[in-house]
Amino acid sequence: MSVQHAQNHGDWPSTRCSRRQILALATAAACQAPMRLAWARARQPWGKCVVVLLRGGMDGLAAVPATGDPAWSALRPELMPETAGPKLDEYFSLHPSLVHLHEAHLRGELITVHAVASTYRERSHFDAQNLLETGGLTPYALDTGWLGRALALGSGQALAVVSGLPLALRGSSRASTLTPGRVAQADDSFFERLQSMYDSDPVLAARLQQGLQARNSMGMAMPAEASNPRSFETLCAQAAAALNATADVAWLELDGWDTHGNQVARLTRQFQLLDGGLARLRQDLAPRWRETTVLVMTEFGRTARYNGTNGTDHGTAGVAWVLGGALRGGRVWTDWPGLAPTNLLQDRDLRPTLDVRALWQPLLTRHLGLGRTELAQVLPGALPPAADIWA
Amino acid sequence: MNARTLIAAHRLGLAEPNLYAVDDDPLGWATAQLDTPDLLADGDLLDSAQAIRQTRQVLQAARTQEGDAAQARRQLRQASLASLTRRWAHQAQTRTPVYERYVMSWANHFTVAATKGTTQALVLPFEFEAIRPHVLGRFQDLLRAVVTHPGMLLYLDNAQSIGPHSRVGRRRHKGLNENLARELLELHTLGVGAGYTQTDVTALAGLLTGWTVARDGDGRARFVAAMHEPGDKWILGQRYAEGPEALDAVLAALVRHPATAQHVATRLVRDWVDPTAPAQLVQPIARVFRDTEGDLHATSRAVITQALSVQTLAPRARRPEELVLAWHRVSGLPVRDSGASLAALTAMGQSWGRTPSPAGWPCGNDDWLGPDALLKRVQWAHDMGRRFGAVVDARALAQAGWGQALHPNTARELNRAESSQQALALLLASPELTWC
Repeated sequence: MSVQHAQNHGDWPSTRCSRRQILALATAAACQAPMRLAWARARQPWGKCVVVLLRGGMDGLAAVPATGDPAWSALRPELMPETAGPKLDEYFSLHPSLVHLHEAHLRGELITVHAVASTYRERSHFDAQNLLETGGLTPYALDTGWLGRALALGSGQALAVVSGLPLALRGSSRASTLTPGRVAQADDSFFERLQSMYDSDPVLAARLQQGLQARNSMGMAMPAEASNPRSFETLCAQAAAALNATADVAWLELDGWDTHGNQVARLTRQFQLLDGGLARLRQDLAPRWRETTVLVMTEFGRTARYNGTNGTDHGTAGVAWVLGGALRGGRVWTDWPGLAPTNLLQDRDLRPTLDVRALWQPLLTRHLGLGRTELAQVLPGALPPAADIWA
Repeated sequence: MNARTLIAAHRLGLAEPNLYAVDDDPLGWATAQLDTPDLLADGDLLDSAQAIRQTRQVLQAARTQEGDAAQARRQLRQASLASLTRRWAHQAQTRTPVYERYVMSWANHFTVAATKGTTQALVLPFEFEAIRPHVLGRFQDLLRAVVTHPGMLLYLDNAQSIGPHSRVGRRRHKGLNENLARELLELHTLGVGAGYTQTDVTALAGLLTGWTVARDGDGRARFVAAMHEPGDKWILGQRYAEGPEALDAVLAALVRHPATAQHVATRLVRDWVDPTAPAQLVQPIARVFRDTEGDLHATSRAVITQALSVQTLAPRARRPEELVLAWHRVSGLPVRDSGASLAALTAMGQSWGRTPSPAGWPCGNDDWLGPDALLKRVQWAHDMGRRFGAVVDARALAQAGWGQALHPNTARELNRAESSQQALALLLASPELTWC
């Protein structure tokens, strides 16, 4: 098996569905996916979707320890079965800080995707994030985002809970940004004069209008007095408020994942932040949770072994999650490559066996209603089979 | 008055209260500032040794629950804020704003961010000690000062990195951290895609071991032989012998590498002059950098010359910090309440000193003028209008600062404004102040 891996250096294994006995269920689902999801024509957009980008490269092996792998104990001795957190199945556990995610798993609302990566095989944050946002095949080949291009073909409204316009949403005029905070106390006459001043400046005119529209129609989440208006949980509350109003797609970001040193304590905190935010999303979106899907992804995983400073350096494959009320969840989807030294990519990283674009497709087809032709317009290159995520 | 005057005053510099001095000779006005820069006096600025000692107290008080952690943190924050106020005050009134803007570009190229406990007070000491003294000298000296500064060693984890076969490494079973090595190649010198491999990154990390900040020392960086990975290292096909001298040798090789000239020129142009960094602008600058082996006086002069000689430049949004500085420079109002400005910058998307990644603040207009960011700028403009509208005449400022170049729409709305407060708010939210 390891020989086969070595031949697939940096490429997708071609015999993916036949060679794995572990988690055969999930693997089989991957093989059926193309038939089930190959809609030829566009459909009605449906429900709400949220994409969360974890910037910095989340350590997938800390998030979802492979405690059943024979090589595990040599790699991460502090995350052994008794300390690694609740079990997802006989092979994988969940980090103990991911309390709400575990509950979602038990409810069948969580799909944990392991050994997943984009098509990128180098180790630059910035190039890797560029691919994750543009959906291109090489860094900087595209200057619009995959969600932006999809929005431009449909009718949905998107809101990013960040200040600038994220690359992922560029390419559509139906994407705006809004962060929690003080609402302008200015009167209407001020905004009228402002708009009139921007008459000859199309960029500022458009952005002002988008901003005001988002603020007026999407609902401002007012953080409680004591809470930090920039905390991830508040940002999630803002996303939920917008989705409960007029937004169809929300974009969130959480950084701080570049854990090169002393990562155990830092990751505990990071996972708590992430877990709390995702719980808040579900809570605030409760009435429409049955039609909501949340995708959590990061630009790459990290080295399988610790580096010399109790951290991990930039790696390749890692973990993504799909969360929502309409999923066939409670499972781990992976084509596990193994952690023995010969199975690691360059004797270093978890080897990628799934393409993260498999997770974008169900969002684009079901939630944004893209047909096959439109999907090809949005995502260049040969696509992996779409993930079969629905119940 | 022509387009070059505005580019010199607003894009190369940090905005001018009037264009009279620039108008005669934009090129001479800008380049003279590199010959005789008005230097920020270091006086009572927080230095890195002091910052590290105080940070250690803060972290220790928090860890041990002994002593007053909140008090220690407050003191450190006040010292940092005092330094920032000094810097902003200098930038608001300096006669050489082009030099200041140029310094900001280098500080962004070599980002150290306060996003870690250990670097919470090191952003400005790093700029004062590693960036400012070297921006008009040789790139290699700048690079060496950056790489061996405690701020960078802590921010990109080299302070903890230990040669696995060194004495300390063998005794404590510790090893490499490749963070600094990778960003030194990817961000600081060659640029991604220049042909280096993971093996080069790992070897460079080994070469850099030993350069550290002792946990209990005086807060200065030094080379600790017991942490240094023994043996030769091969980087980009060159052999480097064990020891501290290898640092200078590898930096010299990186500076000479043609990819570095290209990468540095591109980054400088993108940050300072044109966010699209077109080749026709970058190439002549890269050539000067290469021909002079990284003479930064010649290189910065080439940037200014190119910026003022090409036909068109892509639009560039002022970053929030530049916007606030432009307000102070145009109005002449002194920098006082830095705390309030910090909050405004955070709202506008630039949480000062907390740069989100070692790649520095982004340069694209979409990064700074998202719908939310624009509303936050408008909110800030409105707040400033309310606070200062009674003491500042926005129409006079606009007339002196832009004259004939003021867009008719802006002039019209300033005249129509229903109050001086509203006029000032409109000026601060105008295209003239938003773009540069």
